Amino acid sequence: MTDTTVHTPLPDLPFLNPDGPRAHRGFRQGRWKRAVDVRDFIQKNYTPWTGSPDFLQGPTDATRSLWERVLELMKEEQRKGVLDADTETVSAITSHEPGYIQRELERIVGLQTEKPLKRALMPFGGLRMARKALESHGFQMSPATDQAFRSIRKTHNDGVFDVYTDEIRRARSSGIITGLPDSYARGRIIGDYRRVPLYGVDRLVEDKEAQLDSLEVASLDEETIRLREELSEQLRALGELKSMAAAHGFDIGGPAGDAREAFQWLYFAYLAAVKEQNGAAMSLGRVSTFLDIYLERDLAEGTLDEAGAQELVDHFVMKLRMVRFMRTPDYDALFSGDPTWVTEAIGGMGLDGRTLVARTSMRFLQTLRNLGPAPEPNLTVLWSERLPEPFKRFCADISMETSSLQYENDDLMQEFWGDDYGIACCVSAMRIGKQMQFFGARANLAKALLYAINGGRDEISGEQVGPTLSPITGDRLTYDELWPRFDTMMDWLAGVYMRALNGIHYMHDKYYYERLEMALHDRDVLRNMACGIAGLSVVADSLSACRHAEVRIHRDERGLAVDFEVEGDYPAFGNDDDRVDVIARELVERFMGKINRQTTYRNAVPTQSVLTITSNVVYGKMTGSTPDGRKRGEPFAPGANPMHGRDREGAVASMRSVAKLPYEHALDGISYTFSIVPGALGREGSDRTANLVGLLDGYFREGGHHVNVNVFNRETLLDAMERPEEYPQLTVRVSGYAVNFNKLTREQQEDVIARTFHELR
Amino acid sequence: MQPASTVENVRGWLHSVESAGTLDGPGIRRVLFLQGCPLECLYCHNPDARPYRCGRETDSYTQLREIARNRDFLIRSGGGVTASGGEPLGQADFVHSLFAGCREMGIHTALDTSGYLGARASDALLRVTDLVLLDIKHIRPDRYRELTGRNLEPTLTFAHRLAARGVPVWIRHVLVPGYTDDPEALDALAGFVRGLGNVERVEVLPYHKMGEWKWVELGIENPLVDTPEPSEAAVDDARSRLRRSGLPVF
Repeated sequence: MTDTTVHTPLPDLPFLNPDGPRAHRGFRQGRWKRAVDVRDFIQKNYTPWTGSPDFLQGPTDATRSLWERVLELMKEEQRKGVLDADTETVSAITSHEPGYIQRELERIVGLQTEKPLKRALMPFGGLRMARKALESHGFQMSPATDQAFRSIRKTHNDGVFDVYTDEIRRARSSGIITGLPDSYARGRIIGDYRRVPLYGVDRLVEDKEAQLDSLEVASLDEETIRLREELSEQLRALGELKSMAAAHGFDIGGPAGDAREAFQWLYFAYLAAVKEQNGAAMSLGRVSTFLDIYLERDLAEGTLDEAGAQELVDHFVMKLRMVRFMRTPDYDALFSGDPTWVTEAIGGMGLDGRTLVARTSMRFLQTLRNLGPAPEPNLTVLWSERLPEPFKRFCADISMETSSLQYENDDLMQEFWGDDYGIACCVSAMRIGKQMQFFGARANLAKALLYAINGGRDEISGEQVGPTLSPITGDRLTYDELWPRFDTMMDWLAGVYMRALNGIHYMHDKYYYERLEMALHDRDVLRNMACGIAGLSVVADSLSACRHAEVRIHRDERGLAVDFEVEGDYPAFGNDDDRVDVIARELVERFMGKINRQTTYRNAVPTQSVLTITSNVVYGKMTGSTPDGRKRGEPFAPGANPMHGRDREGAVASMRSVAKLPYEHALDGISYTFSIVPGALGREGSDRTANLVGLLDGYFREGGHHVNVNVFNRETLLDAMERPEEYPQLTVRVSGYAVNFNKLTREQQEDVIARTFHELR
Repeated sequence: MQPASTVENVRGWLHSVESAGTLDGPGIRRVLFLQGCPLECLYCHNPDARPYRCGRETDSYTQLREIARNRDFLIRSGGGVTASGGEPLGQADFVHSLFAGCREMGIHTALDTSGYLGARASDALLRVTDLVLLDIKHIRPDRYRELTGRNLEPTLTFAHRLAARGVPVWIRHVLVPGYTDDPEALDALAGFVRGLGNVERVEVLPYHKMGEWKWVELGIENPLVDTPEPSEAAVDDARSRLRRSGLPVF
């Protein structure tokens, strides 16, 4: 992976490299010239930035005018729900004519369809879902298209339901496994979109052809057949990418020659992906330091100034903010709003100890000032203790102004994923171009705990969903009685969960393969099976209550335990109290152990997340009362958060509890959402900045993996509920994701407000 | 980590703990609110912390262990530990043990006090105290007595003692409309503070009504129920008044 040749810093003179393309002028040579290796290119050519953000510029006139136009469209969209939708043409890389917002102002071009914010038709994940999405917004799918999918073309969704067992169906409809990508596209795959500007499509085609050639083998077994077909599909997708760009007037066969081309080539590659896939998360990767190399070269050559550099970043980010998919109201309720998870990882450290922060890292954050706060792109700062201090302070300031950033622990992840990984969705790290994952949503551990008490019967429907085990029959719930039953129930849950995921991903590969994204990967990639759990703090607190307090069971006429009465205090997760924190840690490790025992599709390596995205409200709705005192239907805490109001000692204690969860047993990420009122960060601006930096340094040093930072007053949110029109861009971060507050359901808004705010005493 | 053996383990009573305090001294601080206070301030926002020997019983080793676990947050942010209350000097031995342990660990210590029990602060305690947050409340003895039910004199004595020892002090003044905001008294306070020579910062804290529910819950009459929070302009006025006297006001 790493180039081990010692390179002395020679001035890179053109005559030393007479044969190189003009597009690569001034770049230092290395392994990246001989093989597709973007990391090597970055390492040899980027300029770390340890200075202040004072160089940054505001928006240009063109940016202002263009953004105003986009805001108008977005306002209209918010009023209507959906601005416009294609009802006939099935979206593909080349399916639509080029579209523009206002062509003469756009520095970067390309839209998903021929019109801005018009949503594309993508039925390959599931026809019913696509049809329902259209109908719920007052559109009708064209009969011809509908018919074609009914009678000729099978979808991913059809395939999955052909193979689902009865057991999986029961577990799915009871909600003990939820959010499965079985009727929509799985997403969470990040193409290495940087390859297109660096190499040009032609070179990538040559590379893929060589890969196909490497599979001229004596016997065609199933695996080789599949790989050969996939590589052929990838080649086709690359060809279409080139045609799509050509329709916009660009030849992207060769490498990008300047910064504008680099942004454009890269955006075309990403655009092709979102034209073809409506994945749950369509993340961008880690592009800012890569693009910085092109911006710096143009700045040095005198063909660009700082305002122009910022303009390119602003225009690129504007396009990312306009990515849309057609979703059903159910889907939006589950994921809170209209998420696309265009996650961009910023900053971090290189393996050689230099920071990967470049001036363009700051330029990307600056878009939140130039264009205002927004949930997309999902800007993710890879935090290290060793990041330059001015950058840390700049991030803290932007967080306090916009609540639009999330932070993840680079010092922790670097050990596992090196220094060229990106984040898919919220917290899932993967080496760019070398690793992908099969997204697996999550299992509801709180419900599993209730199944353990009720002998596998669902506490709401009364149906036998889990295995028939002996239920607890006494009036008092004790830890010793509960734990072994719960352990067995988790064994069953891990099994049925993995069986469902294997079916899903087999069918997704078969009917909705991500050919363009995978064309921007190496031939052989590491595949993860990304499982997840919900309700961690509910279960940890429930077990703690059973051990440290008296828990009485109330049963209904069906004999099911439907309510619990807790007498006495018990240590609750979120107070840095090992008596319960150890239980939470054990739960994470235990369930991972059970997942690890399963057989996985394509020998994917299993991982798990402690993440609810924004679905903690929905999961809570589907779950009966729990022994920690939570009532039926009440929301779970998001991700790995302590339950609302149970963390009594403030932010550091809460962070320390969460930081104890073992990342090595939750490699798909551990999400924590932190909300604080500005006054609780300190008395004045510079104190607040320093204290927020201090909290982040402390939390990550303790081993915390991820944190969302929200800084706002409760009154602001209450007011925004009543007068949404006054807060068109109010962004809040919840469990790995930023959402526009106005797009949350009323229930979710209330949950966000009720949730732990660290406030003044 | 174990506190050094020279630190004695002392029993104490806590009202509550804030693990991420940012308002009681510099940086991120673990703030221990100690139970019990001899004053009866009209504008008290923690009346539930007044009675002695109730609340959460603990000992200094237990608290030092908690502090040690949090030291990364505290040290790296330039913060530390603050003993507040209640009145921390009501449990001076407990505070001494806590601060001595913090000193062993290289953690900054701050004592948030009215100074009324200053005589109980031993020289040994002051040697391990890095900062005193001193709330004089009112510079005129008659008004002080009206406000707190006690004498002003011990507080002033304590202030002089701190000055003589060169212990850094932040003066905190709660601005209560009609009680602690009259200009002449502010000038007199400024004059006193200027004469000390060890004051690094003066903080003007606007009176807030967030603690009112506690009075209701405790079933005691709140004499300031009709007193409003000061306006932003009034707070600015008080600040600039003190600043004009040459004080470092925040």
